[in-house]
Amino acid sequence: MKNSNLNLEVHHITRVEGHGNIFVNVREGKIEKCEWAIPEAPRFFEAMVVGRLYSELHHITSRICGICSIGHTLASLKATEAAMGIKISDQDLKLRKLALHGENLQSHILHLGFLVLPDLLGVGSVIPLASSNPNEVKTVLRLHRKANEMSDLLCGRTTHPQRLIPGGFSKIPSIKELTSIRDKLKESIPDVQAVADLMKTLAPKLPDFSRETEFIGLTSPDEYALYDGKIGSTDTSGAPANEYLSFTNEYIVPISTAKRTKHARESYMVGALARFNLNYNNLLPMAKKTAELFNLKPICHNPFMNNIAQLVEVVHSLEDSIRIIDELESTGLQSQPEYNNPEIKVKAGRGVGAVEVPRGILFHDYIYNDKGYCTKANCIIPTNQNHGNIELDMKALLPKILDKSEKEIELSLEMLQSL
Amino acid sequence: MKPKVAFFDFAGCEGDQLQIANLEEDILALLDQVEIVSFREVMKEHSDNYDIAFVEGSCTRLQDEDRLRQIRKNAKVVVAIGSCAAIGGINSLRNYKELDEVKKVVYGDSAKLFDAYAARAIDAVIPVDAYVYGCPMTKDEFLHVVKSLLLGKKPDIPTYPVCVECKKNENVCAFERGQFCVGPVTRAGCNSCCVNEGTICWGCRGLIDNPNENSEKEVLIKNGLTVDDAISKFSLYFGGQERKK
Repeated sequence: MKNSNLNLEVHHITRVEGHGNIFVNVREGKIEKCEWAIPEAPRFFEAMVVGRLYSELHHITSRICGICSIGHTLASLKATEAAMGIKISDQDLKLRKLALHGENLQSHILHLGFLVLPDLLGVGSVIPLASSNPNEVKTVLRLHRKANEMSDLLCGRTTHPQRLIPGGFSKIPSIKELTSIRDKLKESIPDVQAVADLMKTLAPKLPDFSRETEFIGLTSPDEYALYDGKIGSTDTSGAPANEYLSFTNEYIVPISTAKRTKHARESYMVGALARFNLNYNNLLPMAKKTAELFNLKPICHNPFMNNIAQLVEVVHSLEDSIRIIDELESTGLQSQPEYNNPEIKVKAGRGVGAVEVPRGILFHDYIYNDKGYCTKANCIIPTNQNHGNIELDMKALLPKILDKSEKEIELSLEMLQSL
Repeated sequence: MKPKVAFFDFAGCEGDQLQIANLEEDILALLDQVEIVSFREVMKEHSDNYDIAFVEGSCTRLQDEDRLRQIRKNAKVVVAIGSCAAIGGINSLRNYKELDEVKKVVYGDSAKLFDAYAARAIDAVIPVDAYVYGCPMTKDEFLHVVKSLLLGKKPDIPTYPVCVECKKNENVCAFERGQFCVGPVTRAGCNSCCVNEGTICWGCRGLIDNPNENSEKEVLIKNGLTVDDAISKFSLYFGGQERKK
């Protein structure tokens, strides 16, 4: 039966980071309204950091997002380091890449295990799964714990990292600690395979829906770009990170406190699927095999496949972390002073930092005066870049699912938001 | 019957609620003791029938107040989790600036579309029964507060400064390393975790109840620091508490 009349208002939709409202109005089969609004209280970070010293910005902006606080800290540090002309050592670069992998693993496992799995199993949350599917839940918890142990080791803690500072690290792990976490990651491979097998049986439940869009993310000729790279697009040629404004083109819609962005089309998508589409060739072998298991190939235009792209990235981050620690083990670790606080020659200037965080590409852009105080800041976060695209996906998906029950429509639309 | 608990978020990063997920296997033990009836981040179901409400995030606009009052009405016990809810936290940094200017920096000419007032801790609006400090809160302290509440006891939260824990951990004092540290006036309970990791205390657990002003002055004089240095560092997290005075 077709829903000729439908009035759907979902306030504070659940199982997503941040707050969102869905407004759908269908009259006599015609869609009159289909909106995605963000009513979340604005935080004003770009104003708060003005007047603060360069050594504090990463600490403050980490608080933009608890789930991707490592990524925010790194984007912030990269912006500050670019502005002051600070170079970090190769070793610190590797350790930072590990930190980012730790966060990517943690966030993707949390999303797939705590949010997507209940959706696909038709329950309201992970809580009933603890008794109905205890093994699956324990597998997810085990993986999540190991990812967090890795972030703890690199960053001091997983949420709002402490060790990441301008110029490097205040403290670094020992090689013994690193190889111990590497061995735990190796032991996790069967757990990841179990999750992949489970997702394989559930993937047919992901809506079969495609809408062509532009994908934007970091790209690199050398690796699956996460920490560093040029801005890439599936529609146009790329550009260095400091030209990000020509990609983001932020605009304000009155229904949302979150700004939206657009580039070559009305909207673009960032996140795991965008990275997969742009960097497929640089995935490590096990990750590529995982993608093949789901017949996931670039360029995939089904936004729901973002979940599978996250799974592919879990495998990639695991493989690449093992590889990096192997390298560090063979070269040995250069020691550094306790309470390391690299000397920074403060100078005036502007710096842009771009990093891929679990939800997509993230930009921090600061201007400092000659005393090292921030005079202007701009932060463009991935979820905001996706809002316009989500609304267009909703508008394209809705007519195709109008024959379903109101409950199913609501669930499909909600799943779009929680990608 | 297990006590019913609910989680709510206001202006914040959701990093405190994330610490619930970060309990890892201990979540299963927690679920043996309490029934979670509302937790927007992870569950679809919602009920207004709960005994304990955990609230993350600051109150930053008028419309937040109604929601907070409703939560207070529904719950027997309200717990503020994390710095933003407990003391106003990093959000209060904007309280030192002209609000219209702050809004204009972010939204330009569209600033009038969006509500905002000075950021504040939730106890500026409703009575709060217990606090889990920290940015983010620590899992251990959260579990301690939950256990205390379930046993009908008052949680044991330190009233002394971070320096006490830091000395016990035998850290080299940040001032001696030439850095500014907020530890002398910040509430302990974090086991001086940021200094242990090689940095400084940023003050995220808030100003202690009776800071020793003379001793703080001594530290400043001894290290050639000014009151402006102190005020600048204190403003990172103490803005919400300043407002209350």
